[in-house]
Amino acid sequence: MEVIQSGIGELIQPPDINAFREWNRKKQKAMVDKRMTEAEAVRRFIHQGDYIGTELYGTVRCPQSVVNEIVRQGVKDLRVAGQGVYELDILLAAGLVKALDITYIGLEVYGISNCLRREVESGRVDTCVEWSNAGIAWRFKAAAMGVPFIPVRSMLGTDTLKYSAAKVVECPFTGVPICLLPALVLDVGIIHVHRADMCGNAQVDGIQGFCAELARASKTLIVSTEEIVPNEEIRRNPDRTLIPYYLVDAVIEAPYGSHPGEMCYVYERDEEHIKEWVEASKNPETTQTYLDKYIYGVKDHQEYLALIGEERLQYLKEIVPER
Amino acid sequence: MSEKAFNPTELLICSASRLMPDNTTAFIGTGVPMLAASLAQKMHAPNLVTIFEFGGTGAILDDLPMAVGERRTFHKAVVASGIRDIVETAQRGFIEYGFLGGAQIDPFGNLNSTVIGDHDHPKVRLPGSGGANDVGSHCWQTIAIMRHDQRRFVEEVDFITTPGYLTGPGAREAAGLPPGTGPYRVVTTLAVMGYHPDTKRMMLLATQPGVTVEQVVENTSFSLVIPDDVKRNQPPTEEELRLLREEVDKDRLYI
Repeated sequence: MEVIQSGIGELIQPPDINAFREWNRKKQKAMVDKRMTEAEAVRRFIHQGDYIGTELYGTVRCPQSVVNEIVRQGVKDLRVAGQGVYELDILLAAGLVKALDITYIGLEVYGISNCLRREVESGRVDTCVEWSNAGIAWRFKAAAMGVPFIPVRSMLGTDTLKYSAAKVVECPFTGVPICLLPALVLDVGIIHVHRADMCGNAQVDGIQGFCAELARASKTLIVSTEEIVPNEEIRRNPDRTLIPYYLVDAVIEAPYGSHPGEMCYVYERDEEHIKEWVEASKNPETTQTYLDKYIYGVKDHQEYLALIGEERLQYLKEIVPER
Repeated sequence: MSEKAFNPTELLICSASRLMPDNTTAFIGTGVPMLAASLAQKMHAPNLVTIFEFGGTGAILDDLPMAVGERRTFHKAVVASGIRDIVETAQRGFIEYGFLGGAQIDPFGNLNSTVIGDHDHPKVRLPGSGGANDVGSHCWQTIAIMRHDQRRFVEEVDFITTPGYLTGPGAREAAGLPPGTGPYRVVTTLAVMGYHPDTKRMMLLATQPGVTVEQVVENTSFSLVIPDDVKRNQPPTEEELRLLREEVDKDRLYI
């Protein structure tokens, strides 16, 4: 195939599909108890310079209790698949991100991210490689398929492609230009789910975002869950399982693990808290005050929940509408 | 009703809403497109199929979503799937309309939502493509919703995040984008615009209430195609405003 165009962005995490196979071959296949705390999971599995990714998206089913623990432990120089809102904002706020495969980091209805601006405009994030949202999801899909790239028709003709690490080739079947996206294998994927058993068989309710793809594209997968259910409950509804246990390395019981984000059918997003962050993130001093209060100032997720308060958390459950 | 009886956001929402026909598929992003889709469902398009990037298809927008992945985007929906399913559905040609925004737009409808200034040393780092590039690549007809001033309507965008007609006629197809796709309308606080069928340059179609052609031209940094018969967009009706204020955005989050 003739390469018509190559994006000039750095391939931050080059795909090595054979190494991924070897890695997966060695992964634990026994159905064992993988329960642990956020602190243990981050200490064991997330290291300086690792390439990580989170799912779903910012204020929706995001693995916030794990992200907060990464911040508490100060794991530096992270390379991150940048598809996020609040959770990636917090990592940026703590100055832990070195490189981004970025598609969208912003605050949705509350506008652009001040943390992203400060970190990128100052050069503290030293690499930003551009992709579309589906582009990132397709890169996970390629890794999940066990192939080095996937052909798509996004990004063509744009600077998004120019500043990516994608390539355009002439399709060997039709002759039309087509964009090839490199597989993206994560060192560590982090996903928050509605329920999982202690071995890591996990189910989510509502939209699935890019859960299945990210889980299968991760060398190490940390799953946090609203509740841990018996294995029998998973086996009663196996059609609902998006993540099989053999992908998973850590299972963390984290009720309200997505706070201030939402968990559909369980609790609503905490709009007041999100607004508090939006205000705080506007300058470095108030950003630090926020991090001190809600992350550095608490020992773990349980202390964080105590700080938010039972009444508030209960309220977020009560306002969930009928289906 | 006097022309001052509505604000610019309400005008944008109503103008965009009228571009959403019944029984069609529309890819909906955060903000004005959500309000416009909700209003359209209550006005003239009860069977408008809303499609949200992270998996919701066919939601009934009783309440306004605050995020493209949140539960209101699949409230009473017919499918709750995921981002690949949605964008692949667009890539296969199933999604007619896509709604977009951006910090800058050029005469060919190319949009920038990535950086102001140089990419590697940006003056302002913006959020990035998100789903915009996917929407602009795959939907049959894209509609940009923008505030209208000289800083936003520029001869050349700092960064082409999302493809419009790129450099002009034939450029999308040459780049490998699906034939027959591209920018359709631009809805702003000052005007509704389309694209000249031959040159693919942005063309004024209608001015918003109380706005002159000269004002539109003054607020656009590039030369707009001005046809002989520029129409006047009708102001929001009492019914549109009532639905918008009492039902669509009763908590006044946006309007």
